[in-house]
Amino acid sequence: MTAMDDTTDALGGEPADAVGGGPVAEPGGELVQWRRLSRRMLVIHPFQEVVRSAPALIGLLFAGSTQGGHGHLWSLAGLGIMLLIGTLRWFTTTYRVTPQYVQVRKGLLRRQVLTVPRDRIRTVDVTSHVLHRLLGLSRVEVGTGRSDRKDGGTLKLDALHTHEVDRLRDELLHRRPAPASAAAASVAPGPVALDSVAPGSAALGTVAPGSVVPGSVASGPVAPGSVAGSPHAGATATSEMDVHPGTAGPMTEVELTALRPAWIRFGPFTLSGVVTVGVLAGFISRIVSEGNVDLLSIGPVRQVVDSFNQGALWLRITGSVATLVIFVAIASTLGYVLAFWRFRLTRTTGGTLHVTRGLITTRATTLEERRLRGIEVSEPLLLRAVGGARLIAVATGLRVGLGAQRGGSMLLPPAPLAEAQNVAARVIGVSEPLTADLLPHGPAALRRRFTRALAVWGTLTAALLALSYWAGFPAWTWQTALVLTVPAMPLAADRYRSLGHTISGGHLVTRWGSVVRRRVALDRDGIIGWNLRRSFFQRRAGLATLTATTAAGRQGYSVWDVDLAEALRTADQGIPGLLTPFLVSAGQPSEAAGGPAPASLPMPAQVEGPLAHRDA
Amino acid sequence: MGWLVLIALQVVWTVLDGGNRTAHITVLAITVALAVTHVTVMPWWRYRVHRWETTADAVYTQSGWLQQEWRIAPISRIQTVDSERGPLEQLFGLVNVTVTTASAAGPLRVHGLDRKTAQRLVDELTANTQATTGDAT
Repeated sequence: MTAMDDTTDALGGEPADAVGGGPVAEPGGELVQWRRLSRRMLVIHPFQEVVRSAPALIGLLFAGSTQGGHGHLWSLAGLGIMLLIGTLRWFTTTYRVTPQYVQVRKGLLRRQVLTVPRDRIRTVDVTSHVLHRLLGLSRVEVGTGRSDRKDGGTLKLDALHTHEVDRLRDELLHRRPAPASAAAASVAPGPVALDSVAPGSAALGTVAPGSVVPGSVASGPVAPGSVAGSPHAGATATSEMDVHPGTAGPMTEVELTALRPAWIRFGPFTLSGVVTVGVLAGFISRIVSEGNVDLLSIGPVRQVVDSFNQGALWLRITGSVATLVIFVAIASTLGYVLAFWRFRLTRTTGGTLHVTRGLITTRATTLEERRLRGIEVSEPLLLRAVGGARLIAVATGLRVGLGAQRGGSMLLPPAPLAEAQNVAARVIGVSEPLTADLLPHGPAALRRRFTRALAVWGTLTAALLALSYWAGFPAWTWQTALVLTVPAMPLAADRYRSLGHTISGGHLVTRWGSVVRRRVALDRDGIIGWNLRRSFFQRRAGLATLTATTAAGRQGYSVWDVDLAEALRTADQGIPGLLTPFLVSAGQPSEAAGGPAPASLPMPAQVEGPLAHRDA
Repeated sequence: MGWLVLIALQVVWTVLDGGNRTAHITVLAITVALAVTHVTVMPWWRYRVHRWETTADAVYTQSGWLQQEWRIAPISRIQTVDSERGPLEQLFGLVNVTVTTASAAGPLRVHGLDRKTAQRLVDELTANTQATTGDAT
């Protein structure tokens, strides 16, 4: 051991020998034992290390055998080292959950102690890959909502026994004391016990009859707490345990929705398969080029290619497009099934939302409801064409990610729109924000959509035309741009049709977009402030883009190209009283340049008017 | 500054590249004209547009010249109040004040305050912010 290692240990405060050692005294005088990961990780860790270093090992094998013929020895040694490292990971990683903190110690040469205060825990994600599932293990990621760094702030435990994971999650998110007997495996009310639920079983319409507004399929204004806590709502609960809300007893769950096999028909329209097909194509072409395999020498391939080349040009084009579409559709459907099989969204009495899903790799995401600031109904163009939509949570500390998983904020995979609205209403507790009519943004916004579309494509076409004239660009570039201007027109019209906003049911609702149309309902309490943006052309058209800033989701949700007076009215309604001191002529927004110009003298407390809410 | 770099690059290019001198000089002239207009018009325009104001409940800023933006944040949602002075600002005795909220979308910036006003603003905001509790998200 070098001197540096010693220093690191000294800085870490504990010599390496103490790993998993005696109980450590808490400030409160309690003794909390350090716990180890599951013993079965002794199998998985080495395996992971070997897989991770497989390219290097293979390289070593090749490099060694070309030089002296000892390549296999070298790679065996490498394998041994990797196995050893993998095994050591188990010995060096320990964790503990104290009343205040969750701590993980890990590392051999570089000891790390990660500490997360328990009241900062926002999400608990549980993932099991194939190997984990075979051995009954799950990986736990504890998220603290550090959205500014990509990998920062998460604390990973890879991996624990599945039943221990359930207990840990309850312990962390529901702030209950740990059950006396930690190893009591029988306590597993967690939603991973999926067997008890057939997909599609009575997921809907089970809200207490009294609270359903007649005529509306979606539930009426049902407060989240009342659904979760009321015994009759527990009819859908999957747990057979007794209902004791708020006690140390097992959590009860109310199922909000579950995947129905019919939803898989939306799979082909998610286009998630494009990436898969692309990757696959790249992979095959790379194998072909690196391995010097002549694809044409393979019998069936040759036949297909030959018959293909004999066809007419249009036949060839339609043929390849059709093949591509079919491949993408199949890959997308497969992806949908893999990611969302046995999808369930439940609400527990502890005030959390719970998502479980996955066919081979199972994932469970838990989200605290008090972090929820709203919900987003997103409808990509293709999905919209077949009446589908998906739901994304707008929660603090949970930045909207990319890909099918949406960074764990996905609350509903592509499903029928009515179902999405229904589920959304049950998640946020009111249904008006999802079904209410939106205020259109008027002819000026429509004009702006068209001028923008024309300006972009017109400029592009002109530029490419000039380039092909002066700089010898191929002519098809500007011709393509010109042709693409045509579909841009209906798109612009659709973009206008999508625009809309309202304030309803205590939520700011805004909708925008065409390729992906999004309707966001943002809790008024979740709005931190307002940004009102007006470009030169917007000012001339009397429009403004109003952005509600928030700590959740995309950090800001915009009402695009709305009339200035209407924007101010919305902002004023959104946070009553906030704008009032700044509006010179509140109550009568003038049509004159700039509308109700804000008071604009740099003197604090210059206007000391009453802060009562005035409707414009 | 950006303009200076651009002009310098063009001058170098004109000197190095022998042929087609007239075209180079035309472009250079256009650039210089644009730069002069920008440099003379923009600061006045900005100065006319930029405003800020605070009350006991909210902070308000107005900025931009072609693209104008008004930002409002309630005092109760303020996370930090920063003031900073770059080398140029130190030369002219100015301070920039940045007010951030829990949202990544809306920091409020007040540029180029004189030192006394900035100090007063920061003190006032800090005092007001301390009066509220909660994590302001």
